[in-house]
Amino acid sequence: MTVTEAPPASPAPAAPEPVLRKQPVRRKLVPYWLLLPGILWLLVFFALPMVYQASTSVQTGSLEKGFQVTWHFQTYWDALSEYYPQFLRSLLYAGTATILCLLLGYPLAYLIAFKAGRWRNLLLVLVIAPFFTSFLIRTLAWKTILADGGPVVDVLNTVGFLDVTGWLGMTEGNRVLATPLAVVTGLTYNFLPFMILPLYTSLERIDPRLHEAAGDLYARPSTVFRRVTFPLSMPGVVSGTLLTFIPASGDYVNAELLGSTDTRMVGNVIQSQFLRVLDYPTAAALSFILMAVVLIMVTVYIRRAGTEDLV
Amino acid sequence: MLRLTTTWIRRNLVVIAGLLTLAYLVLPNIIVMVFSFNKPAGRFNYSWREFSTDAWQDPCGVADMCDSLSLSLWIALWATIGATLLGSMIAFALVRYRFRARGAINSLIFLPMAMPEVVMAASLLTLFLNLGAELGPTTILIAHTMFCLSFVVVAVKARVMSMDPRLEEAAKDLYAGPVQTFLRVTLPIAAPGIAAGAMLAFALSFDDFIITNFNSGNTVTFPMFVWGSAQRGTPVQINVIGTAMFALAVIVVVAGQIISGRRRKSALPK
Repeated sequence: MTVTEAPPASPAPAAPEPVLRKQPVRRKLVPYWLLLPGILWLLVFFALPMVYQASTSVQTGSLEKGFQVTWHFQTYWDALSEYYPQFLRSLLYAGTATILCLLLGYPLAYLIAFKAGRWRNLLLVLVIAPFFTSFLIRTLAWKTILADGGPVVDVLNTVGFLDVTGWLGMTEGNRVLATPLAVVTGLTYNFLPFMILPLYTSLERIDPRLHEAAGDLYARPSTVFRRVTFPLSMPGVVSGTLLTFIPASGDYVNAELLGSTDTRMVGNVIQSQFLRVLDYPTAAALSFILMAVVLIMVTVYIRRAGTEDLV
Repeated sequence: MLRLTTTWIRRNLVVIAGLLTLAYLVLPNIIVMVFSFNKPAGRFNYSWREFSTDAWQDPCGVADMCDSLSLSLWIALWATIGATLLGSMIAFALVRYRFRARGAINSLIFLPMAMPEVVMAASLLTLFLNLGAELGPTTILIAHTMFCLSFVVVAVKARVMSMDPRLEEAAKDLYAGPVQTFLRVTLPIAAPGIAAGAMLAFALSFDDFIITNFNSGNTVTFPMFVWGSAQRGTPVQINVIGTAMFALAVIVVVAGQIISGRRRKSALPK
């Protein structure tokens, strides 16, 4: 434990109430002046676009004649019935990648928090460092790693891994590239640091004496983990899974670079409808449905996991 | 012997699993680095042919790549300045003052982080299309400032919250005015939080692809250049830039660690 790093957690009263009570009006306006520019920015460039998008999704028309709001809710139904495979695929891939991130990220976060000793900072740097190489370049590197007939694919083939994934419908024959497995590998890789960092933060806060106490009470290591460590790391698990699932569900880079036309996700559809087909109402409707699905899932999840204060 | 090995593996299971994950994380960076010394046969730099330092000797030898790199750095710089300024102000207001509509403001800050990027990108594009705005560096800058803002708020807020308010009271007791208190006490203590937020904003903006893809028009940032080259052919120079940035970042971080470690040591009483 490096005691010097952590500032002493002083009982800091959050809002200095008495100071505010007898302030002149001018002082009372200070918070509003501080908030104004940033909040205005978010209102105009985050909230207002949502309104425009909602309106676009119920418009009909064409590029030449222009689009008119006709309250054409049929677009939503049409978009869903045409693109529901891509939707389900997005949720499936993002969900799988999130679970894999948790399974892969937990041991590493645990290692850094409890076992790394003086290597701790170096390991943390190694987790964050990949960020500094553009993620597109790193995703392209997976094309080399997973290349047909390359060493990785050969090993996976020899140990029978590809038979299992083939049976699961994640690969076909003896190649990995352009299969769902490649897309999920890329998604897992790209969002893994977003899982590890919150996990590490909440594991690092756990008092190691709790482990000792559990051991003194004759708990086996597996019981200590199940009853003490894991429950205490729940805030990290919740924010880590959210930080992984949300961006993964809307991603289209991995599906485009590592997948094939059979692995297209909803992000790919939104991107091509908006930027190539120029069918704005369909694209807006799809993007709205994705937003609604993610928001509902996040809200339910946060309620059930009981972590309210995320900001 | 076998039993010894299995016990050893069992005892170090967490370490082994953790290091395997680390290998998975670092492997692509190693590939990028190795392939920056490749001399590919065709237009794509995906399979190894022979060692060469050509790309390192001529990093800007590819048309338009270095222009896109400097544009990305320029946009990241201004987006960082904008987001850090606006975000820090919000963070101070949230921690230090009481005001109406706090819940709504908190949601407005949280939502951009809880939204798939493609949704923000698409809706922002509908706004720009409806307003008839010309897509280019300005629209990219607006978009980057918007999504970096929330992350700065979170970083700065965490730091200001852990600050002991008695320090400011002490400054006031010593007859420092509000401006002096802010500049000489509050700001220096909040500085690490602001710096962390700024660094995060810079990294997010520099590496952003999805929002830029939607709102850039014909403007080509560095990630957009890499995206395009994935279709046209990937020059080795891309790997050179990726490796150089990686090395630079690691050097900066390690140097920072050494300096702060020395400071801490000299600050300790002997």
